[in-house]
Amino acid sequence: MDGIHDLGGRQGFGRIRHTPNASPFDAEWEKRANALYGLAVRAGIFNMDEYRHAIERMAPRHYLSASYYERSLTGLASLLVEKGIVTHDELERLAGGAFPLASPSAAGRSNAGDAPRFRIGDRVVVRNEHVAGHVRMPAYIRGKRGVVVGESPPYPFPDAHAHGVDADDEPTYDVRFATSDLWPNGADDAFVHVGVFRSYLLAAA
Amino acid sequence: MSAREPMQRPVAPIERRVDAVHSVLARHGAVRDELVVEATRNADDQWVPANGARIVARAWSDPAYRARLLANGRAAAAELGFELPRHHRHLVFLEDTADVHNVICCTQCSCTAFTIIGLPPDWYKDFDYRARVVRESRTVLQEMGLSLPPEVEIRVWDTTADTRYVVLPLRPEGTEGWPEERLAALVTKDSMIGVARIAAPHA
Repeated sequence: MDGIHDLGGRQGFGRIRHTPNASPFDAEWEKRANALYGLAVRAGIFNMDEYRHAIERMAPRHYLSASYYERSLTGLASLLVEKGIVTHDELERLAGGAFPLASPSAAGRSNAGDAPRFRIGDRVVVRNEHVAGHVRMPAYIRGKRGVVVGESPPYPFPDAHAHGVDADDEPTYDVRFATSDLWPNGADDAFVHVGVFRSYLLAAA
Repeated sequence: MSAREPMQRPVAPIERRVDAVHSVLARHGAVRDELVVEATRNADDQWVPANGARIVARAWSDPAYRARLLANGRAAAAELGFELPRHHRHLVFLEDTADVHNVICCTQCSCTAFTIIGLPPDWYKDFDYRARVVRESRTVLQEMGLSLPPEVEIRVWDTTADTRYVVLPLRPEGTEGWPEERLAALVTKDSMIGVARIAAPHA
């Protein structure tokens, strides 16, 4: 989905609040929230793709105003409701107030039937697709050309894995893009590498 | 409430929402107190940048290990006893040189090799870093205190799948002959993310 989470290349943001070797946690409850989501994954209640997609489905206004661990907790709680482990009403009763959750999911999809295999050095183009469900193709590479510089072992296909859809595992290719192609006349000169699932790619003409 | 309805009543404080989820998971059987303690201890004590620092120091000291690390990061990390979660099936170390500087990010969430470099710092997960570092890498690095010479090529790595990336920083000058333990003490999480270079030690 073209969600608010897909931030790469968005403009208007400010300086990074960087402190050297900053802590991962700003408050005690964050450690507990982080532990709870990890334990839910370990217990097999949901997988990482379902978890990431639940966070992406938060209302944009909520997503942008929530801290990282509030987003994590919201994704976790949304999946507990969607999996039938608790009702939204009971969660709100337990919390003693409103408990905003993610919006419903669109349908997922399986692998592209015609996805070619690539080798290091191949020139590729990212398919010009708009996917309603979960997808791990950042919008800034949609339709863009790059060069394969690496290949991973096969992974579950996120577009299917986040939705309980059957699919084959497939590799990702590390694809090198030039920022001058991604944002012509609008970026610092550099190369950006993205791990792109095979189903998102075509051979460049 | 659903996202589309007007807000009926105040949102519960975040600690109360964590408590609510905690009690639901405990009732379900997925969570027991000792598991929460163990998970928190992992985050505090086991998943620390000292792990990656040992790998980097070994790679600086042992050319054969460096070659194995660059060929297969997961296997080379395992040689030193460092594991990754099962779903991180591939670990790529990115070699900085005099002419190339690597920096990692996750524009869509917060993905990192957290068992190797520690959980990501707060700023890594902030919108500002996620939005800007792919498009304005040189400017962002400069703002964060790293001014790279214009001839140095910057390579940004966006962690969009479950492959994990770690920067293998340049070994600072003035450390010839140092033992690995002393080298490892120089290596920071920021340097393995790629937003800092390791300064030469004071003589």
